[in-house]
Amino acid sequence: MVGGGLAVVTLRNIIHSAIAMMICFGSLAGMYALLGAPIVAAAQVLIYLGAISVLILFAIMLTQAGDANLPTPFHRQVPIAIVVTLAIIGLVGWAVVQTDWGLAAEAVSANVDAIAIALFTDFALPFEIISLLLLVAIIGAIYLARRPEEDERAN
Amino acid sequence: MGIDGYLIVSTLLFGIGVFGFMARRNAILMLISIELMFNAVNLSLVAFNAYLPPANNAGAVFALMIMAVAAAEVTVGLALVIAIIRTRQTSEVDQYSDLKE
Repeated sequence: MVGGGLAVVTLRNIIHSAIAMMICFGSLAGMYALLGAPIVAAAQVLIYLGAISVLILFAIMLTQAGDANLPTPFHRQVPIAIVVTLAIIGLVGWAVVQTDWGLAAEAVSANVDAIAIALFTDFALPFEIISLLLLVAIIGAIYLARRPEEDERAN
Repeated sequence: MGIDGYLIVSTLLFGIGVFGFMARRNAILMLISIELMFNAVNLSLVAFNAYLPPANNAGAVFALMIMAVAAAEVTVGLALVIAIIRTRQTSEVDQYSDLKE
């Protein structure tokens, strides 16, 4: 899965990057299933593999009109990016390894009933706010994706 | 594999996302890198949820909400990127320098 992630950022052709992203997301869904969260795994497959990947592929095919192969896909701040990335990985990895989590040694599987009850009782307000956010996102996307000439025809 | 393994994988994925966001020149690939970072955070949340039972499943619920927010974000982000590409005819962020002076 990490290999898939690396392929995403290093491959030259952006369509190959998107395919590597789908592989990465699919193996993440398997990881959620291993962690005993089948509902999250199902949502991962539905939302990321089903919706977001297709959306990104559509956007790539809409925008890449033959100029897919560029001389170099990176820009000149690659050294800074490598330094910052290694710093972040080192810092967080050091924190992970050093901390004694003191948790259960085995993964406890979360059943769907408990997640649903938590979602609609304790987290009811964030749930409703998410629905409002999605509505705003739909309206914003429609407004942004509208072509200017259609705009003038409508007036 | 204990929680350490999952958290280290999550850290690596987040780092890859940071690197892709800073190093790539394509606007759509920057969005993909943001998605990688979202997924890294999701993985760590689900891992904590699995190994920290008395948390009322907050980790899994948060992961689901982050997925919804990521879907909204990528929708608006792609619409913006397509609108920019349509007007500028390029997807290279280096060339979006109209406000430079």
